[in-house]
Amino acid sequence: MASPPTPAVAPTARTPPDTKPILLSIKNVAKTFGGNAVLRNVSLDIAEGEFLTVLGESGSGKTTLLRIIAGFETASSGEVWMGTLRLDLQPPYRRRVNTVFQSYALFPHLTVEQNVAYGLRVAKRPAAEIAQRVAEALDKVKMTAYAKAKPSKISGGQQQRVALARALVNRPRLLLLDEPLSALDANLRRQMQVELKSLQREVGIAFVFVTHDQEEAMVMSDRIALLRFGDLEQIATPREIYSRPATAYVAQFIGHTNLLKGEVRGGIARCASLSWPTQAPGGPALFSLRPEHVRLAGNAPEKSPEKNQGVRTRGRVVHQAFHGATELVRVACVDGLVLLARTAAGLVVKNEVELEFSPLDVVPVRESRERK
Amino acid sequence: MEFLVSPSSSSGIVPSSRWLLFYVAAVFSFLYLPIAVLIVYSFNGEGVGGFPPRHLTLDWYRLLFTDGAIWDSFLNSLQVAFAAMAISLIFGIPAALALDRAKFPGKALFRRLVLLPLILPGIITGLSLLMLFNMTGVRLSLMTIVLGHGTALISVATTEVFAGLQKLDRAQEEASLDLGANYWQTFWRITVPNLKLPIIGAALLIFTLSMDEIAVSFFLIGRDNTLPLEIWGRLRRGITPEINAVSTIIFVFSLATIVLWYRLNARAEGMAEIAAEMMNDDKSV
Repeated sequence: MASPPTPAVAPTARTPPDTKPILLSIKNVAKTFGGNAVLRNVSLDIAEGEFLTVLGESGSGKTTLLRIIAGFETASSGEVWMGTLRLDLQPPYRRRVNTVFQSYALFPHLTVEQNVAYGLRVAKRPAAEIAQRVAEALDKVKMTAYAKAKPSKISGGQQQRVALARALVNRPRLLLLDEPLSALDANLRRQMQVELKSLQREVGIAFVFVTHDQEEAMVMSDRIALLRFGDLEQIATPREIYSRPATAYVAQFIGHTNLLKGEVRGGIARCASLSWPTQAPGGPALFSLRPEHVRLAGNAPEKSPEKNQGVRTRGRVVHQAFHGATELVRVACVDGLVLLARTAAGLVVKNEVELEFSPLDVVPVRESRERK
Repeated sequence: MEFLVSPSSSSGIVPSSRWLLFYVAAVFSFLYLPIAVLIVYSFNGEGVGGFPPRHLTLDWYRLLFTDGAIWDSFLNSLQVAFAAMAISLIFGIPAALALDRAKFPGKALFRRLVLLPLILPGIITGLSLLMLFNMTGVRLSLMTIVLGHGTALISVATTEVFAGLQKLDRAQEEASLDLGANYWQTFWRITVPNLKLPIIGAALLIFTLSMDEIAVSFFLIGRDNTLPLEIWGRLRRGITPEINAVSTIIFVFSLATIVLWYRLNARAEGMAEIAAEMMNDDKSV
């Protein structure tokens, strides 16, 4: 049943790009629930002080991965290492990892202050130290004024800050955040994204942040690990994952793209009537072309024919969608191909247009594995 | 107000609602008139006879407080109730935890068996325990009544605490483990405080049920009487106003306990609702 796992990404991409020491290693972790594979041989490293986002739709296994790191689930196979410590064999209370829960999970019978002090109390720190660290933590999240309040008396955003303080006050080596912003409205959410990111820089603790929101992932992360049906599709920096998507799924999940299905023969890719030189190996191939790399040539005055390396076609505009700073134009080409092009906003687009793109912007991608 | 209630709809309701009112009044008087009569006659100077009651007096209550046998049986009942409460909670709470958390073969059966004593007629429980004590040669005493009540009421403790556990947010316990508390610390610091209301509620309910239990006690009684059995014993010599007085006191106490239990439950529900609202607010705001 289980075919040997094909590595989702080139091994080098799994480790952090910079020279920071590795904090946590996830090695071939798999998890099945009653015969259903929720995670399939996921391997990745997290560097000290890194902000790593685990991105995926619901059912991608992202929360399960988080719960395995925290110790609330045990992996069916694989290992989790923190330095020389086999983390996955430790009970949750012996891991120097803390979690901010999606529901915040504040203790309703304790005040804000007592909630934050909980970890230190359990660790039997001296009272003076507890008082000082709790005060500092509450100050850091601007919740000092609510120290004596019960969690039921404060707003969702405030509960979130308390949950953050309660986790960070223990000085974990790694902080796990399970969709902490999903319950907030759009404005507060954007504000918290910025605050959370600057807080992370300030405390210098590695964050593993789980979300289904690709925009959030792009804005906040040092690296993004994209999961799909329990497979790690790609792990890379936001820029890399956008400009060099590894699979068709990644290209489509992050931003808009044109997926071109074609054939490569002798270093030349062909798709419908288009053709361009490529490094991709021969055979059937899939390419991603971002709409912003497609120029509406017929719209602008023809400059000079020296841009001859560009691939050209022509077609009829079928749809135009306003996106604020830009517009997305859908063009039906003469040979049945439909291409998306991004233009500056307000540009009056003719009915008949000429399209042009550079072969350098066409990225070969792998076909994504079907769900099974 | 006239805007709110249209004439046609109100006239349509009146006749049937008048019948309904009559019906409700009949049911309530059927239920509570005997109790009302009992209470009124406990203050009647003429004793149990005579209508209407005359010469209001507290004499019967005074007599009651000097009656040694009633006092003894009351203290016996109190001891039995507290001991039964302890036994039921000590066995009932772990049973509820096992039902909520543990996986073991025969769990579904166990769940039904735990609830059985609640449904089982007191005669069966009493008789079977009596046979057990006879066979093992245990002498009947207050202790045997305690065992009888305790076993019969474990199911009350289990159901109340199990309901509380079902409402508990498991993420809180995970958060506690996450913050470095081991399983034992998590149980005492997070689980038990969250179960405070169900446990108090169960204790109150068990106490009241044990205080006025007759069927099981009847089989297991030794030399010392419990209050309900003392009353029952005296009734064979005819109803005295003293009996009315003691029954009135029992009624008031039971009522108070049940109101208290009800309000505790309402508070637990209220807290759950507040928590739910908090979640909803977050989602919608």
